Amino acid sequence: MIRLEHRGQHSQTMLYLSPLLAVVLTLIFGTIVFAILGKDPLVALYTFFVMPLTNLHGVSELLVKATPLVLIGIGLSIGFRANVWNIGAEGQLTIGAIFGGGLAIYFHDSDSLFLLPGMIVAGIIGGMVWAAIPALLRTRFNANEILTSLMLSYVAVLFLSYLVHGPWRDPGGYNFPETRLFPDAGTLPTLISGTRVHLGGVFALLVVFSGWIILSKAVIGLQLRVVGLAPAAARFAGYNENKLIWFSLLLSGGLAGLAGLSEVSGTIGQLIPTISPGYGFTAIIVAFLGRLHPVGVLLSGLVLALTYLGGEMAQIEIGTPAAVTGLFQGALLFFLLACDVLTNYRLRIGATRAERGGVA
Amino acid sequence: MFRKITLAVVAAAFALSTSVGAIAEENKVGFIYVGPIGDHGWSYRHDVGRLAIEKALGDRVKTSFIESVKEGPDAERVIQQLASSGHNLIFTTSFGFMNPTLKVAKRFPKVKFEHATGYKRSDNLSTYSGRFYEGRYVAGVIAAKMTKSNVVGYVGSFPIPEVVRGINAFLLGARSINPKITIKVVWVSTWYDPGKEADAAKALIDQGADIITQHTDSPAPLQVAENRGVYGFGQASDNLHFAPKAQLTAIIDNWDSYYVSRARAMLDGTWKSQDVWGGFKDGMVSMAPFTNMPSDVSKLAAETQAAITSGKLHPFQGPIKDQEGKVRAEAGKVLDDGTLLGMNWYVEGVEGKLPQ
Amino acid sequence: MNGLDQLTPIILTVITASTPLLFAALGELVTEKSGVLNLGVEGMMVIGALAAFAVTTQTGSAVLGMAVGALAGAGLALIFAFLTLTMLANQVATGLALTIFGVGLSALAGTGFVGIALTPLQKLDIPVLSSIPVLGPLLFNQDVLVYLSFAMVFAVYWFLNATRAGLILRAVGVSHASAHAIGLPVKLTRYLATLFGGLMAGLGGAYLSLSYTPMWAENMTAGRGWIALALVVFSTWRPGRLLAGAYLFGFITVLQLHAQGAGFAVPSQVMSMLPYLATILVLVLISRDKIKIMQNAPASLGKPFHSAK
Repeated sequence: MIRLEHRGQHSQTMLYLSPLLAVVLTLIFGTIVFAILGKDPLVALYTFFVMPLTNLHGVSELLVKATPLVLIGIGLSIGFRANVWNIGAEGQLTIGAIFGGGLAIYFHDSDSLFLLPGMIVAGIIGGMVWAAIPALLRTRFNANEILTSLMLSYVAVLFLSYLVHGPWRDPGGYNFPETRLFPDAGTLPTLISGTRVHLGGVFALLVVFSGWIILSKAVIGLQLRVVGLAPAAARFAGYNENKLIWFSLLLSGGLAGLAGLSEVSGTIGQLIPTISPGYGFTAIIVAFLGRLHPVGVLLSGLVLALTYLGGEMAQIEIGTPAAVTGLFQGALLFFLLACDVLTNYRLRIGATRAERGGVA
Repeated sequence: MFRKITLAVVAAAFALSTSVGAIAEENKVGFIYVGPIGDHGWSYRHDVGRLAIEKALGDRVKTSFIESVKEGPDAERVIQQLASSGHNLIFTTSFGFMNPTLKVAKRFPKVKFEHATGYKRSDNLSTYSGRFYEGRYVAGVIAAKMTKSNVVGYVGSFPIPEVVRGINAFLLGARSINPKITIKVVWVSTWYDPGKEADAAKALIDQGADIITQHTDSPAPLQVAENRGVYGFGQASDNLHFAPKAQLTAIIDNWDSYYVSRARAMLDGTWKSQDVWGGFKDGMVSMAPFTNMPSDVSKLAAETQAAITSGKLHPFQGPIKDQEGKVRAEAGKVLDDGTLLGMNWYVEGVEGKLPQ
Repeated sequence: MNGLDQLTPIILTVITASTPLLFAALGELVTEKSGVLNLGVEGMMVIGALAAFAVTTQTGSAVLGMAVGALAGAGLALIFAFLTLTMLANQVATGLALTIFGVGLSALAGTGFVGIALTPLQKLDIPVLSSIPVLGPLLFNQDVLVYLSFAMVFAVYWFLNATRAGLILRAVGVSHASAHAIGLPVKLTRYLATLFGGLMAGLGGAYLSLSYTPMWAENMTAGRGWIALALVVFSTWRPGRLLAGAYLFGFITVLQLHAQGAGFAVPSQVMSMLPYLATILVLVLISRDKIKIMQNAPASLGKPFHSAK
């Protein structure tokens, strides 16, 4: 029988040790899986975890992949602290991309310096608008935001599909489902030439920093935490719950919108039917894996991004199917999440003393 | 200080990257697929083509693939990854990979790229696609002979030119035999969701269709046809075993010979950028055996196929009128490839309006 | 020919479209009622679909296939339960990871089953009754899983409202601290509820690969697990309303396909939005009575429980 004993306080040692333990367990699991698949486990694990980072291109791609995850993850983690369950970031990302990208398509021959800032603002507003719907439905009609935000994600993705298959098609593109390419003035500048690292990465870092300030210093940060931990106390203290719901959803929606705009303007350069490989959902894992803490979200965003890159690398180099990536990612997450608990609890194997004494 | 560290990291990264890059000397062919090879549809057929290269060229090349690559930000990274890991020839097998392929092709002038179903080319980027509408025309001819209700149900994915072209070719084939045929189209807004594809097929049968055909990836609509006692056509692969009593034939995507010839050209140094749109004649499109039909119908189908192969018959030969009655091709004229490529109108006889 | 005859096939299609959702959502409802939020429904469904298909094609026994499909779902649920209940890992993140894991595992293990055909599940024809016009084919000529899905709605309703075990489960879901204080087995209850959720998700998957579209293809659940999760919220944790929700969703999905076939000139993407919009609309209409929802919602949903806290 495995038992957990409460430590009484955070273990600083385990805070750092537990991710290492998780990695060790993942390596063991990986060794077994790859051995079963007939691949050399050492080579496989090296390919998965190290090889993506052995050149500048790989490192830069890691940053590119982590950018939207971190942007969205920060917004979600702030909302989750207040028990506001926005699981529709995918939709908010999509609408943000549509708002911001729409501007670029409309002004496709512009070289104005104002285009890009305008797109960024439009992207954020787009995300906020889409998140405002669940906020309104929750505060006015008491409709659960889990359902509304999730359902609205499907609607947003279909709406994007409608636009790029229909009215926003590239007039010179043989009616294929894609819009014009954005003009240079509507493209996020790259930070390191020869790579795809774009201004969105800087946004992500700024957001991490601001998120940390909000949570640790601002009054609303305290309110969010109190609402999440003790709703009754929050009501007693006279916090306006509706205000916090609006705040959480608009913030996470706006950041998802910014992430969407960064993707279309920074990496894709046009609107196409699929602009996100599920960033809005992956970011939920990122938020929790990062313990809802901005710095944690930054780290977990990088870890998750690495598993995607590693999965692709493993497919190319050692020919493992994409399915192995999912299996492996899932296992890594299991271990990370399970080991996380050791910061607060001690693991005891076997019966406790009380049980041996016959008292349940 | 920070700057110095960054520089050091970048320098170290470069040093490592050159050492890794130096290993690659062999000839490698890479593929990226938009779906899993287990979709039994589009991506599966491309992988069959990849395996054909391995079989034909053996030790002379190594092949690798990445499956389930979403069109979007990931595509460019994956293509670049293939290019920078020593692949000399890279096939990107979905329309949405067009712009990423073009970008990477610019960065790797020595690597050869092949993009399926697109229209942007450069010195090291070819395009290729199949004239699947030729197969759809033959299917239309068969449907016209086999239907009793004169209504054909068509399960569509998205209203893009490729799919619209298929619908029109099917109808033109059918109307060449029986001018009373009409087509009902249901769009499912997905390439792949067996359940939804099946539901669409059922809806079409309930509305009087006794022939089901599809432009989505799974064999689900064909299974529904089998179950409901109507006829259907296989998509991408011969799916007779899914519907032994219902499948009339299947339009097969056949990339094998093209892939082998391109890989060979790369090895021999004769590879040149080109635009190939191959049909029956080139072996890129083929038909599964004609089954579940009387011999006169299968004879007619074989004759139609032979006529298209020899060039005697073109599916889009005038007179062709669109839904509004406007003449799109005069009698004796054939629609040119540019018009076919961007087709966004229905020919006369398709029911409903094409979503624009 | 009257309108009713036309309606019969539509409703038959609705039944097949709704049944997998109903199974998965019903299981999740019980899991959530005990205070556990398992977002891994999609993963459990898809692994159930594969296991059921694999066993049925290998042994020829659909019953065995269903059983193994359900058990496979429960197997994944067990991983989830161990991580979240014993190891106290975060439920939301673990559930999402479970989906990634399940989709990956099924794709890997299912490679050999792609492209294999299977005869669909036999319809269980109830003689005489099934020849009643309209109602007959709808009610008395379905396959065994459809009957089972209806039976489970009643069983879950009865279990939650009329049995002592159901009362314990609800108590654990409302407040694990109080439940523990009066000596109720919080952890055991939650383990069982989570496993039940896995069994049902596995059955939902089995319905997909044995009856709905008898085949195996990667990712064939195509997001149905997510819809099931949303339906549990929609139902405000009541089995009867869940039945209504699953059929509403299925009905609008099928209706929009029929509307297209009938020549409705609306962009197909807009048509495909309808089921989602309709679900939101109905949720808004039924959510206005805040007190009533609070009574049904398991108050400690998603919160970890540790007895020595």
